[in-house]
Amino acid sequence: MVYIGTPTSRVDGPAKVTGAAKYAGDAAASGLAYGAVVTSAIPKGRIATIDTGAALRVAGVLDVLTHENRPRMARRAAAYKDDVGPEQGSPFRPLYDDTIMFSGQPIALVLAEEWEIARFAASLVRVEYEAEPFATDLRVERERAVAVDEPPKPRGNADKAYAAAAIRHEAEYFIPIEHHNPMELYASTALWEDGKLTIYDKTQGVLNVHNYLCSVFDMKPDKLRVLSPFMGGGFGSGLRPQYEAPLAVLAARALERSVRLVLTRQQMYALCYRPATIERLALGAAPGGTLDSVSHEAIAVTSQYEDYFRNDTGWSGLLYKSPNAKYVHRLARVDLPTPSDMRAPGATTGVYGLECAMDELAVALKIDPIALRLRCYSDRDQHDDIPYTSKQLRKCYRQGAAAFGWDRRNPKPRSMRDGSELVGWGMATGVWEALQMDTALRIVLTANGHAEVSCAFSDIGTGTYTIVAQVAADLLGLPLEAVTVRLGDSTLPQAPVEGGSWTAASVSHAIAKTADEIRKELWRLAKAMPNSPLGACRLEDIALADGRIIDKTDSGRGVAMTDAMRHGRRDRLEHETTNSFAEDDKHARNTHSAIFAEVKVDEELGVIRVTRVVNAVAAGRILNTKTARSQIMGGVVGGIGMALHEETLIDHTLGRMMNANIAEYHVPVNADVHDIEVIFVDEPDELVNPLGIKGVGEIGIVGTAAAIANAVYHATGKRVRDLPITLDKLLG
Amino acid sequence: MINFQYARATDIADAVRQIAGEPTAKFIAGGTNLIDLMKENIERPSRLIDISRLPLKQIEETGDGGLRIGALVPNSDLAYHALIERRYPLLASAILAGASAQLRNMASTGGNLLQRTRCYYFYDTATPCNKRAPGSGCAARYGLNRMHAILGSSEACIATHPSDMCVALAALEANVHVAGPGGERVIAFADFHRLPGDTPERDTTLRADEIIIAVELPARGFATHYSYLKIRDRLSYAFALVAVAAALELERDTIKEARLALGGVAHKPWRDVAVEKAMRGEPANRASFARAADAILRDARGFEHNAFKIELARRAIVRALTQAAAGTPQSQSVKKIR
Repeated sequence: MVYIGTPTSRVDGPAKVTGAAKYAGDAAASGLAYGAVVTSAIPKGRIATIDTGAALRVAGVLDVLTHENRPRMARRAAAYKDDVGPEQGSPFRPLYDDTIMFSGQPIALVLAEEWEIARFAASLVRVEYEAEPFATDLRVERERAVAVDEPPKPRGNADKAYAAAAIRHEAEYFIPIEHHNPMELYASTALWEDGKLTIYDKTQGVLNVHNYLCSVFDMKPDKLRVLSPFMGGGFGSGLRPQYEAPLAVLAARALERSVRLVLTRQQMYALCYRPATIERLALGAAPGGTLDSVSHEAIAVTSQYEDYFRNDTGWSGLLYKSPNAKYVHRLARVDLPTPSDMRAPGATTGVYGLECAMDELAVALKIDPIALRLRCYSDRDQHDDIPYTSKQLRKCYRQGAAAFGWDRRNPKPRSMRDGSELVGWGMATGVWEALQMDTALRIVLTANGHAEVSCAFSDIGTGTYTIVAQVAADLLGLPLEAVTVRLGDSTLPQAPVEGGSWTAASVSHAIAKTADEIRKELWRLAKAMPNSPLGACRLEDIALADGRIIDKTDSGRGVAMTDAMRHGRRDRLEHETTNSFAEDDKHARNTHSAIFAEVKVDEELGVIRVTRVVNAVAAGRILNTKTARSQIMGGVVGGIGMALHEETLIDHTLGRMMNANIAEYHVPVNADVHDIEVIFVDEPDELVNPLGIKGVGEIGIVGTAAAIANAVYHATGKRVRDLPITLDKLLG
Repeated sequence: MINFQYARATDIADAVRQIAGEPTAKFIAGGTNLIDLMKENIERPSRLIDISRLPLKQIEETGDGGLRIGALVPNSDLAYHALIERRYPLLASAILAGASAQLRNMASTGGNLLQRTRCYYFYDTATPCNKRAPGSGCAARYGLNRMHAILGSSEACIATHPSDMCVALAALEANVHVAGPGGERVIAFADFHRLPGDTPERDTTLRADEIIIAVELPARGFATHYSYLKIRDRLSYAFALVAVAAALELERDTIKEARLALGGVAHKPWRDVAVEKAMRGEPANRASFARAADAILRDARGFEHNAFKIELARRAIVRALTQAAAGTPQSQSVKKIR
């Protein structure tokens, strides 16, 4: 292995910094019409009248589409289902009828010769509403929340064990609505050519959007192509098709012309979000620090029309050994759009609650937070009582603590100082799944020694192009520069949406399987050469390295791939395979982490600075330590935002998100981010999959907010259980 | 954004002539706030009169030891100007506490004075706001008012002025030079911004047909004992919850002269001359600073989400005055609070 495991700069980096990489809103086309969306001012009710007359009279306006005049779209809600949307409910149908389901809902699409004309005309559309009563506040609607039937199975009798426990801790932890805020705006450029459509869309799943659009518009699959070659961040917001794609198609079909539709930053807040969630934890423990009982209840918002939820609660009974555990997940329906996956959905919120509760339990037990976690450590998946394919979490605690200097921590709150600042050290555990999905992939090896690797996966900015090139270069025995990677195109071999941290494992094994077909064919070609030095070699002895087909038992023996292809009169070798992973329900597959955070808090003013974070991650084989480190750092920055800054403010009287821009919705800026040290602990794993890959896209954020919240407690002695921890919560 | 005409002003007289002839026109310089407001359909000018090429980019010494700053001097040029750094470091510090490097490069001195509130409701045309749509109501009063005023608000409006630079200019008793059809006039900084009263749509006393041509600083710069302390929801690039411009002249440990202006708490930079006067002759210590804080905040009133700002302001004032007295002003690059 020359490239796998080494820090490799992004192969698409030069294209990105020079502007050669084209994003959905950049796609070049002639004769474009431009769209601008008009959105609802109220959260619930009906459109009584919609007057587009003034907009239509603006010179350069081509049309204004509303529910009253739009071209045909599917009527059945089922036609709007996608690969990853909630099972229960009825997906949003843009411009479908006069029903308003959330503030910011698209209600008209203005089409014009220029973007500026469309935007101006959009301001002239007059709408009268019949408003209806609505609800947007989780803290009120929790009373009406209904239980979903899918929490993990309970064990023992958690209530009884809790009542009998020597040490008990029970509390609620609150996470407000948060938004993904990728840098790139949501956009779709729909290129119209004789009834065929090529769509450049900002999406994490070109096939998901392709299938959705074919279904919504009853189009034959070969009449529609969806591309998303580059993405300026997704964080989960682009897993489901967003409304810019169907509206661009609707417009292109109405005008029989190519259309560009770019949403505004403000409009993006009404696409999707991490649901506001209350995590209620009840932990019962023995004085020695072993858990008797774990109860975890989550109450989260969802829309009125779909039941979105993820596993928030199950992590609690999975992560720590407890004979008794139970889980409840309830949904409060509110008049907002449906929530969506956002980086480590479920775990980010659920583990935040759990890890703060564990910290409080450690305080109650008067034992070190790491010691508590080690006493509750479980080498087996607690739900199914099965071993993990690998779990090097102990190493994470040990190496993370050593790098951080945890042994110098005075456990007493408010005991550590740096001048006018109180110093706090907190830690938490992180856990996520090691998922892997069936993936198809094509490799074309040409006689000049160049390989093209193609797959429909998107690179949402995580570095997929780079790891595909690394893995393919190693398995084909080619230099990195001789590998071209094509991604994000619905005409390429099928792949699922890019999410769940499953891309690295899924695509790497698809490469391995396909590259093996190339190896077989090269072996046959090499054997057929006159006086072939590999004439007697068996397939299992054949490897590809340095552009050559070699005998593994004697690497001096071999032939150049290009020579073998030339002798065999082959210009190109092409193979496409679909990799499926072996079923294994005897092992649990997870990634883990230990996060350590230092905060400094101005005692008088409550100003919090996160001065150090160490995140020690066990995630199997790391393909590219450079891009993987960036993923973990990005997750940590997201965790800092979650802990201290991020909150979508909703005026519950108006039912409207009020800080829908990145000046007023605060994410961390450079000044908020100091030293972040990422440690990848060694975690060989031959069971999870042949290459031992687990994925790192999400584990970096899980637990980070808890580590910071715990550090704030250690610094100040104040336990703030509702995020974000703004300075006002520390005053007084 | 509505369609608008664009014209360049050839000189100050031409700029005044153009705006006088078209009251719905607006001047544009850096455009860092105006363009945002136009995109949101909050500002809907019939014409933009581009003044960015007018010769108002000089920083000159005045005869009486002060400085005259042209209205088009970019915020960053001003903050890093040698005379400002040496003689008015409070102003330099306040400017660097605001916005981002990119915005400061674009934003002009005059434009900074005229930036509009960051009230969520002002920015959203789907909601009531007396400042944007007089008579429609104030949604912030009973809504999301974390960023809002604790001093000088009215039934009609509880918005705050977002500038940092203006807080320092208020403390330094700058004067604003404006030109109009009747010639030039000078507006004392304290009179430039106004309280909302029942006409919150008017942020300043600048007349519709006037243009800011310069800001003049008096000789007294408080370069030894000053601090600009801005408290916000993240460590940079956020508007102030509370900001304090503190400036002292000391004789040993006794206050000879004091200036105290607050940002993020009112519809204008908040200053109370009587409080400053009362500080004279007091010892420069926490007790006297706390008395000054109590005095300047005596009429403070909080709303549902911003009541904490009263206590926060009290503590920030004491801290900023302490920093100023000690000669250890708050750094804007090192975020630890001194």
